[in-house]
Amino acid sequence: MSVLVDDETRVVVQGITGGEGKFHAEQMMEYGTNVVAGAVPGKGGQEAAGVPVYDTVHEAVEEENADTSVIFVPPAFAGDAIFESLDSGLDLAVAITEGIPTQDMARVNKRLTETDTRLIGPNCPGLITPGEAKLGILPGNIFASGNVGLVSRSGTLTYQVVDNLTNRGIGQTTAIGIGGDPIIGTDFVDALELFENDSETDAIVMCGEIGGEDEEEAAAFIDDNVDTPVAGFIAGRTAPPGKRMGHAGAIVSGSGTGTAESKISALNDAGVPVGDTPEEVADHIEDFLA
Amino acid sequence: MKLHEYQAKQVFADAGIPTPDSQLADDVAGVVAAAEEIGYPVAVKAQVQVGGRGKAGGIELADDEDEAREAAESILGMDLKGYHVDRVLVEGAVDFVNELYVGITMDRGEGKPVAMVSTKGGVNIEEVAEEDPEAIAREHIDPSFGMLPYQARRAVYDAGVEQSVARDVSSVLTTLYQLWDDKDGSDAEINPLMVTSDDEVVAADAVMNIDEDALFRQPELAEMEAEAAGGDELERMADEYDFDYVRLDGNVGIIGNGAGLVMTTLDLVDYYGGQPANFLDVGGGAKAARIANALDMVFSDDNVDSVVFNIFGGITRGDEVARGINEALEQFDEIPKPVVVRLAGTNWEEGMEILNEDLVTVEQTLEDAVQRAVAYAGEVADQ
Repeated sequence: MSVLVDDETRVVVQGITGGEGKFHAEQMMEYGTNVVAGAVPGKGGQEAAGVPVYDTVHEAVEEENADTSVIFVPPAFAGDAIFESLDSGLDLAVAITEGIPTQDMARVNKRLTETDTRLIGPNCPGLITPGEAKLGILPGNIFASGNVGLVSRSGTLTYQVVDNLTNRGIGQTTAIGIGGDPIIGTDFVDALELFENDSETDAIVMCGEIGGEDEEEAAAFIDDNVDTPVAGFIAGRTAPPGKRMGHAGAIVSGSGTGTAESKISALNDAGVPVGDTPEEVADHIEDFLA
Repeated sequence: MKLHEYQAKQVFADAGIPTPDSQLADDVAGVVAAAEEIGYPVAVKAQVQVGGRGKAGGIELADDEDEAREAAESILGMDLKGYHVDRVLVEGAVDFVNELYVGITMDRGEGKPVAMVSTKGGVNIEEVAEEDPEAIAREHIDPSFGMLPYQARRAVYDAGVEQSVARDVSSVLTTLYQLWDDKDGSDAEINPLMVTSDDEVVAADAVMNIDEDALFRQPELAEMEAEAAGGDELERMADEYDFDYVRLDGNVGIIGNGAGLVMTTLDLVDYYGGQPANFLDVGGGAKAARIANALDMVFSDDNVDSVVFNIFGGITRGDEVARGINEALEQFDEIPKPVVVRLAGTNWEEGMEILNEDLVTVEQTLEDAVQRAVAYAGEVADQ
């Protein structure tokens, strides 16, 4: 079934009058997502993608009962847009924007501890509950409804792994792209906890990458708290130390932590098999479900 | 983006952090003239973006004109860990009794800035952090309040800095945090912060890394970017085309969309026995011209023997990618290196109809495409 979103979720799109915002609002609605409003300062009273636009997120909440926002706002203003969604009493905010300055995210991170809103992203493809709703930019057609939960730091890698699963007839409960930045809202541990507590999820895929220690923390969490079988994948085995590999967070420091090797061995120690290829990840999931 | 030492020192000095007198020079006469003006002894320091310059022979002390000339001759023009040295900083040598470390960075695990102070300065601080973490005092900073005065004092006293200089060191730490915050730093460090016999502190080195995502609001620093860039011609080209690009040692060129998927493609090239020549992420929603630029870039690398395209469209559309590949390849009488293409996701079927299969090899899966590119590279290497 669903984790975090379903076809009842009432979505406001921040930045709906921009090129990306409008296109993806339409794509989301076509998929079945209940987009109820847009929010763009100075554009209140207009209509975009067939829904009313308000000047503030607060108004969209008051007028349309929006409970979730999806943020397509340029990087310079995206930190502020996240603050606005956190201060509007939403349940969930999904920030798609790539390239938000890290210091802005440190301030957002502080505010997150003071509100009840859950943040997903930034720099992420969003999340999808196949057949019900998608929030973000994921291509809906490759997903299928089923019993595997997926959490990933990378968008296109998510598509690749989902494709391997769907082609074998293995569907997904929900796929969550948590984003590749150094500071993000929902992390692996949060997502694993959601899947562990979801009765419909029978197996979990976790796609990580080099940089930081989130995968190592997730491994420790799995060891202690997760009974649902988990299969992993770690991108960046061949990355040289010190170089930023696309994602702002994907950089191996010189001191031996955050490497693909340390992540793979932490996961293996927690009983999580890690595929050498996306196809092998699907093999492991198939074994779990057999 | 990492500033050169001389750039970072200027930024620090402008903010009021004590630094030695120094001048930049690019020839021997310039070094001698600078040394005369500053007064001996001086340090002559290579201005390249590598760590461990001292051990590699990139920093020399000079007590007189002969030694300054000698140091300039040996350092200018040298190859330091792959970087050509064309400029040196000539700097007044500091007569010190102690070396401290002070630094600010983002603790990504905590999602907060952290200030660090240690009396074990002048050495590789990463090694200290690993072998003797207790030797570094740390203060996490609430970004909504900034570093409070007591936090700077506590870090300094916790680190065991002597009382006679504690006030000055806290002041340097506070200024450093302010700079880090104002300039969108990712790291700001002074190692060593030297303590002189008359209880003064001087920043003998300066490290400042800037968050590239924030350069839009740091116009002065953005201007330094061109000068701060490393020496790699291809990486410069990538800046111009605005690609995420990293050059590697192998011979299989790799182009894809999305950082995680491109990294995975690199890993698979390695897994199937090949060697990746580069990481090139065209990003989301790339149009035909951008795809053509990506091919142009990878073809410009002499080490590349074959190219693999791995596109899994979400925002990116397969038909645009196919058009870009055709445009880039149709200009050649003979395609310089074999190109393998794998298209999936948004509009991949339209893409396959458009793609000129006389010019490329098409594979359906990621695994097949990578194996084919590795095989082609092997054949070329065998010739």
